[in-house]
Amino acid sequence: MYYIDPHLHMVSRTTDDYETLAKMGCVAISEPAFWAGFDRGSGESFRDYFRQLTEVEPKRAAQYGIQHFTWLCINAKEAENVELSREVLKIIPEFLDCPNVLGIGEIGLNKNTKNEAIIFQEHMELAIAHQQQVLIHTPHLEDKYQGTRMILDMLGEHSIDRSRVLVDHVEEHTVGPVLEAGYWAGMTLYPVTKCTPSRAVDIIERHGAERLCVNSAGDWGPSKPTAVPDLVLEMRRRGHKESLIKKVVYDNPRDFFSQSKNFNLENPAER
Amino acid sequence: MNSNQVLDREFLEIRAKILEVAAALDRIERAEGDVSGEPRMALIADAIKIIASGHADPIRAEKIQLLFSRTYDEQWRNEFSIASRS
Repeated sequence: MYYIDPHLHMVSRTTDDYETLAKMGCVAISEPAFWAGFDRGSGESFRDYFRQLTEVEPKRAAQYGIQHFTWLCINAKEAENVELSREVLKIIPEFLDCPNVLGIGEIGLNKNTKNEAIIFQEHMELAIAHQQQVLIHTPHLEDKYQGTRMILDMLGEHSIDRSRVLVDHVEEHTVGPVLEAGYWAGMTLYPVTKCTPSRAVDIIERHGAERLCVNSAGDWGPSKPTAVPDLVLEMRRRGHKESLIKKVVYDNPRDFFSQSKNFNLENPAER
Repeated sequence: MNSNQVLDREFLEIRAKILEVAAALDRIERAEGDVSGEPRMALIADAIKIIASGHADPIRAEKIQLLFSRTYDEQWRNEFSIASRS
């Protein structure tokens, strides 16, 4: 089955991973800007990173027939540094017209601090000013519920079309509030700290598949870039229809991304 | 799948996961020192109670997630002195 991984940090993965993803049916990836595992020292580091996301990765992906899209921001962890964040916010517009940029992301909260909230709001203002879609990171573990609720509070203050915003890394206790508020939701298949394929399928069964996406969020830490096919297998084992599986792993991310002017997905069936 | 089929499929997995939890708790108690007053041990005990609770409201996973979560205060902006933008 063809699928799209809507959240995958390929700058941290090897070219072999691209090959494996292609063999498993992945036809497109969207890569949000994120934390590199260390705090960067200047805005210029981000300029280089954004070039990597808009120039290098699309070429690397194309070698395996995978389309590469991306989102730009300063991540929630480094957003604690307000001065650096504002430097990066000034750089972002230079890249918004690059052909693979879908919007602003993954912005959000990490430890739910005042500085993170300030920079989240400034990212939202940037997105609205440039008519960009938004992809949002929610915090980890014990911080997730509080942070998700804070993010929903802040989102509610902006006049943005809610169907152009995806709140990511939802789990059992946060998926309801996100969907009920009219946003898209993403589930991340991570060993130990987020959703397992089984629990993600449970969430689909409980909440339905409308506005719900699934991703691997593969990065430099413990993660599995080929986790989406694990969910496909779990849904098949439970007897779900192929049409429902396709909706979750292909139609939904395609429909969400299609609201961005730069999303030019080639139909894999017509290649 | 009906509940019997789900049970058939999940039984050995559940058994294995319960054993893992039991063995990890044994490991903690076998180790030097005493963590009986540790708040995390109380959280684990409360989570196990939720797992063993009745099935009228089958949202155990959601309840356990909330148990392990920091509380949300809808007045959080006051603490940060951040005004609402709406």
